[in-house]
Amino acid sequence: MWEIIQNNWTLLLVGQYPNGPLGGLVATLLLAMAGLALAFPVAITIAVARISPYRPIRLVAAGIVHVVRGMPFLMVLFWSYFALPVLIGRPLSGFWTLVGALVLYESAYLAEVIRAGIQALPKGQEEAARSLGFGYFRTLFLVILPQALYNSLPALIGQFVSLIKETSLGYVISVNEFTYAAGQLNSQLLVQPVEVFSILAITYFIVCFTLTQSARWLEQRIARSRQGGPGGRAAQTLPNPLATEPMP
Amino acid sequence: MISFENVNKWYGPELQVLNDVTAEVNKGEVVVLCGPSGSGKTTLIRTINRLEPINSGKITVNGQETHAKSANVNRLRREIGFVFQQFNLFPHMSVMDNITLAPRKLKGMSRPEAEEKALKLLARVGLEEKAGAYPSQLSGGQSQRVAIARSLAMDPPIILFDEPTSALDPEMVGEVLAVIKGLAHTGITMMCVTHEMGFARDVADRVWFLDKGVLLEDAKPGEFFSNPKHPRAQRFLADLRH
Ligand SMILES: Nc1ncnc2c1ncn2[C@@H]1O[C@H](COP(=O)(O)OP(=O)(O)OP(=O)(O)O)[C@@H](O)[C@H]1O
Ligand SMILES: [Mg+2]
Repeated sequence: MWEIIQNNWTLLLVGQYPNGPLGGLVATLLLAMAGLALAFPVAITIAVARISPYRPIRLVAAGIVHVVRGMPFLMVLFWSYFALPVLIGRPLSGFWTLVGALVLYESAYLAEVIRAGIQALPKGQEEAARSLGFGYFRTLFLVILPQALYNSLPALIGQFVSLIKETSLGYVISVNEFTYAAGQLNSQLLVQPVEVFSILAITYFIVCFTLTQSARWLEQRIARSRQGGPGGRAAQTLPNPLATEPMP
Repeated sequence: MISFENVNKWYGPELQVLNDVTAEVNKGEVVVLCGPSGSGKTTLIRTINRLEPINSGKITVNGQETHAKSANVNRLRREIGFVFQQFNLFPHMSVMDNITLAPRKLKGMSRPEAEEKALKLLARVGLEEKAGAYPSQLSGGQSQRVAIARSLAMDPPIILFDEPTSALDPEMVGEVLAVIKGLAHTGITMMCVTHEMGFARDVADRVWFLDKGVLLEDAKPGEFFSNPKHPRAQRFLADLRH
């Protein structure tokens, strides 16, 4: 197994790059990061819409969340593969097709994480800002979101882990990413599938486990900072916003 | 400065929390609002800046009808400081930023100007050295004094307090009351919900007594404490004495 890594580590790490398209683990991480970065603003919008004072807005947002959460990611990926090029009127690379699917899918889950973070804040935070004369959106951006996002940071990392795992489904539309690289390697070597896919599994595990552990560490740190002093007593009575389940 | 005319409010069809409240607070006056738990004190004081809607009647602040559809709530609230029982400082901001946020963002004050003002306010509440601290590093009494400074940063002509000392350990009540006393009769119109009857006696121009949503007494403190008219007020005072 060690020998396989030694001879093929560039393929596993970056694919054919620089002589061909970027792939491998680096592409997987890039896909996940691009997905997260683009899904983030969408998720915030959906989260805020979910708790809007206006019922129609709430209903639309809830509809989006429930529809997306009721679909397997592979479905969303196929839709993105066939529908996105039609929608934007030009062909789309595998990379961006996958990113599109990730954004669509993950926005719904991220939105729920963010919404939980917002709703876990004491009502007094909003009231204090409104009492000073801040309007709805300024209250949201200056007071509510900075706290809600910070508190849900561990859950957001958990969601990033899900994203990394979802990128592996890019394999079915031949996106150059880590699983695809392993597939290529396997068809080159032909006789060592167990070794190749063990390398794949172990690497995914190390990356995801490290992230999950750092999320746990962050969670404890945030919990501790909340209980800073007697001044923080209002915050101590909060339900734990991190208790939100990340997606499967 | 603040006037209530036949104000009614219900929670649901059953519970009437404010029952035909009619009263007036004059400019520069200090009014202490007291009454048994659940009598509607918090609700009443929160209707002034429209944190709570009302079902009927009229509330006028500085000549403006606050619950009118056309009223600009955000502008109106700049003129009304509000201090909460639970302080509600913004935990993600330093004391300095808590105080300067509103003047900077709402009045367009420059940062140096806002900070200079904040330091003066912190001096006034005795906390100059805490400018850089975060709310989690403050005691309850200190938090409440910062919250008062935050409200004052908008130079409101009116300031409202909802049980500002009830969430505090007993040894910290004094420091907060001293700050509020220092504000009284400086021209700012003040309304304070509190169970601190010593404070009411020393500082209030008038005491309002609310019971089951009805404003039963509106009297000078001397009169209210020595000779309460209504039996319910008499009982309330007797209960407080032990
Ligand atoms: N959001 C709400 N929904 C339903 N009922 C409420 C709500 N807020 C308050 N009430 C009820 O309205 C009544 C008046 O409440 P309020 O908080 O104004 O009383 P209070 O005089 O401030 O009491 P305390 O001294 O305990 O603070 C109480 O019976 C309370 O249970
Ligand atoms: Mg109350």
